Amino acid sequence: MLNVGTGNKAVALAARDARPGVVAAYPITPQTEIVEEIANQVGAGNLDARYIPVESEHSAMAACIGVAATGTRTFTATSSHGLVYMCEMLHWAAGARLPIVMANANRALGPGWNIGSEHSDSLSMRDSGWLQVYASTVQEAYDATIIAFRIAENENVLLPVMINLDGFLLTHITQAFESVDPSGYLPDINTPHAIDINNPGGYGTLTANTEHFKFRHDIMKGMKNSVPIIERAEEEFAKQFGRKYGMTEDYMAEDAEVIIIAMGTLGKEMEVAVDKLREEGIKAGSVRVRWFRPFPDLKEKFEGKDLIVIDRDYSFGFGGILANELRAKTCCDPYSVIAGLGGQDVTYDDIAVFVRDRKPGEEFWFGVSE
Amino acid sequence: MYEIRLHSRGGQGGVTAAKILAHAASLDGKYSTATPLYGAERRGAPVVSFIRLDDKPIKVYSQVRNPDLVIVLDPGIMNMVDVLQGMKEGGEVLINSPNKPEMNGHRVYNIDLTGIALSLDLVVAGNPILNTPLLGALAKVGLVSRESVKKAISAAFSDERNATAALKAYEELVI
Repeated sequence: MLNVGTGNKAVALAARDARPGVVAAYPITPQTEIVEEIANQVGAGNLDARYIPVESEHSAMAACIGVAATGTRTFTATSSHGLVYMCEMLHWAAGARLPIVMANANRALGPGWNIGSEHSDSLSMRDSGWLQVYASTVQEAYDATIIAFRIAENENVLLPVMINLDGFLLTHITQAFESVDPSGYLPDINTPHAIDINNPGGYGTLTANTEHFKFRHDIMKGMKNSVPIIERAEEEFAKQFGRKYGMTEDYMAEDAEVIIIAMGTLGKEMEVAVDKLREEGIKAGSVRVRWFRPFPDLKEKFEGKDLIVIDRDYSFGFGGILANELRAKTCCDPYSVIAGLGGQDVTYDDIAVFVRDRKPGEEFWFGVSE
Repeated sequence: MYEIRLHSRGGQGGVTAAKILAHAASLDGKYSTATPLYGAERRGAPVVSFIRLDDKPIKVYSQVRNPDLVIVLDPGIMNMVDVLQGMKEGGEVLINSPNKPEMNGHRVYNIDLTGIALSLDLVVAGNPILNTPLLGALAKVGLVSRESVKKAISAAFSDERNATAALKAYEELVI
């Protein structure tokens, strides 16, 4: 069915269509519209779920953990300060191997108080054991939410998935998108370690130093397993609904001499920059990183190319976070551009300038003159 | 790609107008996006929305710098905001006013949207509703079809006076 609406609305309708049993959430700008719309859908009887309005994000994730432990499909959404407020529970959700799906509206952390888009919130949860995917269109936000349930609930993964969408830039933009009936795509949830009153067991019990590392090792395996399962889930989605996604979205990258890399909406805007640069005779291409955890294998793709990485985030004392991941996972030392923090406006013309003025190995803060 | 910048005040319905326009354009078979530019806006403060229309998918998320069309829902903000900033050569202006102001030689469409809303008593919380008559004016300018405007308005509002206001604006705007 064709809809015209915002990224927030698309996520809410995807949550409706995936039929979770419980949604527990707390509103925060710019995610508020997601929880409002889900509450509307529950209120109107379009979604037969229990909607739990909680008093904080920490409680939201705690409620989701309790629900998911019973083997019920669970959804929530947050942003920025809400995400870091639930930090403790995020680790718990992954550690307890609960397939919770959550949307995060990427927003800067204060102070200074700012509600604009930034990836620092979700990337600060990089090592929590959550899978992370970044959307770039309203349609992709819808599709990624549906696909996330299938991946999270796979018995060889059983890890929570975070769908990230740029605050305002994607949460508040209106675009056309198609919603689907995913009932033939999403099997019924079947959590093997769900609470069973006929077979009582301990949950979150003390785990000694002779056992704890084995559980961590299992999370590592689940995350590794997720790569082929993501690929299969996306292939099957393409087969059933006609829209194809991958670990990355590549644009004219194959014969490119210089490749721009970014996540989220900048990852679309840069394709326009590629077109402009090609007109000038610069052999440019772009690779939009969709899945940040698990991180894609890009070594071969980037061999011998000039790389420009745009980070809408920063790790103080180290560098742009996406740039650092690439330095670690490939042999390349990219030109690292820090741009778009707190919703800073970055145009395709700006991106084309980054490419023309690139200095491999150096770091450049857009808009800051030193 | 056709780019529009819409200037309004918080509470005037500019953000909603942008969404309905994007919806109508998509019903016409075009690609469209509508984005509100959010700061710490509240009722009465100047607000900007961007609308883009194209025959192919729109990949641009940054702000509209060089609009083809500028829409001004409250001429009063022109004392505070340079609404013509970055205007494309040959760009046009649509202004909510009974009078046609001179605007740096740009083609100006003027229409009294406030008057149309008041004549139909289309007022919410003390504010005349400007977005639905605006959509009628935009159909007259040729950006979207009348049929799609009608459909997009009825998807957004149940009050039939909104469609009447759009029709009235369509008929009143002199091109």
